[in-house]
Amino acid sequence: MDYKKSNDLWVFIETKENGAVNSSGLELMNPGLKIAEKLKGRLVAVLFGDAVEKAVREVAEYGADQIIVAEGEQYREYSADIYAAALSCLLKKYAPAGILMAATNNGREMSPRAACRLKTGLTADCTDVGFDEETGCLLWTRPTFGGNLMACIICQNHWPQMGTIRPGIYKKEKMNKEHVDVIREAVVLEENIDRIKVYETMYEEKITVDLENAEIIVAGGKGVGSAKGFQMLEDLAKTLGGVVGASRGAVENGWISHAYQVGQTGRMVSPKLYIACGISGAIQHMAGMSSSDMIIAINQDREAPIFKIADYGIVGDVQVIVPALTKIILDEKRKKLCKRDK
Amino acid sequence: MNIIVCVKQVPDTEEIKIDPGSHSLIREGIPNILNPYDGYALEAAAEIKDKNPGTKIIVVSMGPSHAEAVLRECLSIAADGAYLVTDKAFAGSDTYATSYVLSQAIKYIQKIEDITFHAIFCGKQAIDGDTAQVGPELAEHMGYSLATCCLEAEEKEKELIVLQETEACRKLIGVAYPCVITFTKPDHDPRFPTFKRKIEARKAVIPHISAKDIEGIDLSCTGIKGSPTKVKRIFVQTGRKEGVILEEENIEEITRKLYSIIALIGEEEKTG
Ligand SMILES: Cc1cc2nc3c(=O)[nH]c(=O)nc-3n(C[C@H](O)[C@H](O)[C@H](O)COP(=O)(O)OP(=O)(O)OC[C@H]3O[C@@H](n4cnc5c(N)ncnc54)[C@H](O)[C@@H]3O)c2cc1C
Ligand SMILES: Nc1ncnc2c1ncn2[C@@H]1O[C@H](COP(=O)(O)O)[C@@H](O)[C@H]1O
Repeated sequence: MDYKKSNDLWVFIETKENGAVNSSGLELMNPGLKIAEKLKGRLVAVLFGDAVEKAVREVAEYGADQIIVAEGEQYREYSADIYAAALSCLLKKYAPAGILMAATNNGREMSPRAACRLKTGLTADCTDVGFDEETGCLLWTRPTFGGNLMACIICQNHWPQMGTIRPGIYKKEKMNKEHVDVIREAVVLEENIDRIKVYETMYEEKITVDLENAEIIVAGGKGVGSAKGFQMLEDLAKTLGGVVGASRGAVENGWISHAYQVGQTGRMVSPKLYIACGISGAIQHMAGMSSSDMIIAINQDREAPIFKIADYGIVGDVQVIVPALTKIILDEKRKKLCKRDK
Repeated sequence: MNIIVCVKQVPDTEEIKIDPGSHSLIREGIPNILNPYDGYALEAAAEIKDKNPGTKIIVVSMGPSHAEAVLRECLSIAADGAYLVTDKAFAGSDTYATSYVLSQAIKYIQKIEDITFHAIFCGKQAIDGDTAQVGPELAEHMGYSLATCCLEAEEKEKELIVLQETEACRKLIGVAYPCVITFTKPDHDPRFPTFKRKIEARKAVIPHISAKDIEGIDLSCTGIKGSPTKVKRIFVQTGRKEGVILEEENIEEITRKLYSIIALIGEEEKTG
């Protein structure tokens, strides 16, 4: 393919319908910066949306040398057809060496379309991305075989090198560059390329839980014993300012909906703190949470595999420990409030 | 309506074990199964057929000859016909090459069946690789519309109405024909094979499609050679260091310790 490669590295920034940036994109700026330095190129942020002025200013605080904006009504809401078409147009025009995208549902839907259009490779749902000195390629690392193995993947001789990276792996880090170039691109697309119509959006309470961006997750498995047991987890989660998650064991027992399932066939999470309650630690479960910053496991069985990856393992009964923990946190909070009042 | 469902035979990742000594995958004795998500895609097709018995469901798989087993399983559940795409020239394909071969094979199947498919159904992802890329890339090769991560589908005249799951909500969307839809786990369990279908499936002849059958296929886009991505290294994650185990009898003591650990995370938050 006719692709005159530049040394720039792109990061795709998703925006929400109200024009705000999605932090999963900002998280990629810092690893992007390091790779851009290795490539001796610039770090370029690309964003699509409508009324994104604020978003552009925000992205500028994360070390971008250049920001490319495709702005307009048609970009307000995500559409696989429109986003993939516009992104592949821009990639062709600017020919960056590579692009990092967040492995959100939208990212994982539009990136293969763009990659295929450009006849290049794509590495999905990575847990790490770096630079391979030997080949000068981006080095993508991702779990495979249900999380049993890790694979390092390169895309040599095809450009751009594309990959999606699991949200929450990298932390956002502010960094101002002296000068940020902002380029506005009017990407002209064929008419009627959007073949999808949205008829209804259902924000059921049970699905609005944003596990991917949660900082604290209290997850329960079969060991929680009942739907009532999940209420107990909910209380702890609330006290900590977190949300509840679940293993498939708990979901299959009907104690909580599938929307909360963490793991290979559920959601991929990497919070600051993951508290696994009554979860044995099947490989499929761990595939979805082993990149959490800190893991605390509560399980009766000293031999449970979850203890192998837990930073702190508590051998004990969830029915006892969870309420006790909730109580102590509430008590301490109250104490602090009293002190402040004095 | 005509639907083709792409199915893959995968090792049952639940059974996979790592040899603790050599840190390598123990492959012996691991059963091969129908990729669970492809079962959900087949179920969605079967539900369309429940409402409209004129629906034709074909299944296709690319893989070695033992992948016939999953095709027979699909025949015993709901499929009307099955094809196996198999050739040395296709071995080692990454998602780009796989989706290219599948797109070529699907066009060929349309020709020999003398039908056109209104929809291609795929699983959201295959559990051996979890890439979730073949569906969207197939849509691109075919020039079809696409919706991923769907739970159910309903046939309408000009479009398929699907229930799609996103991080934040569920959406009811219309996807114009012809389309590619990828499926995730629905709220209900998929149906089982019937005894009668099982017997028929055992006897069914499954045509094999090889590279030479497909006129005009570009073999520089298939197999290892046609795959833009390469696996540089495989390793077993030993990453996380073994943690601390708290085993005291005293609940008060344990929870106090836990509290101090959790409180530290909160502090970091404020300063960081
Ligand atoms: C293709 C495939 C995909 C899968 N995808 C997923 C996935 O995405 N997510 C997922 O989670 N699973 C998934 N699974 C299922 C997975 O293999 C396990 O079956 C599941 O995770 C087990 O759930 P569990 O840990 O809750 O239950 P169990 O394995 O039954 O563990 C329960 C644990 O609770 C402990 N316990 C019991 N009572 C108490 C108590 N009172 N106090 C403390 N501890 C107690 C027990 O010691 C035990 O360790 C998948 C399987 C397959 C085949
Ligand atoms: N070799 C194959 N043969 C048939 N279908 C496949 C094959 N590989 C992938 N698919 C389809 O593409 C989906 C996504 O696979 P993947 O991108 O590998 O996660 C699967 O659920 C299947 O529906």
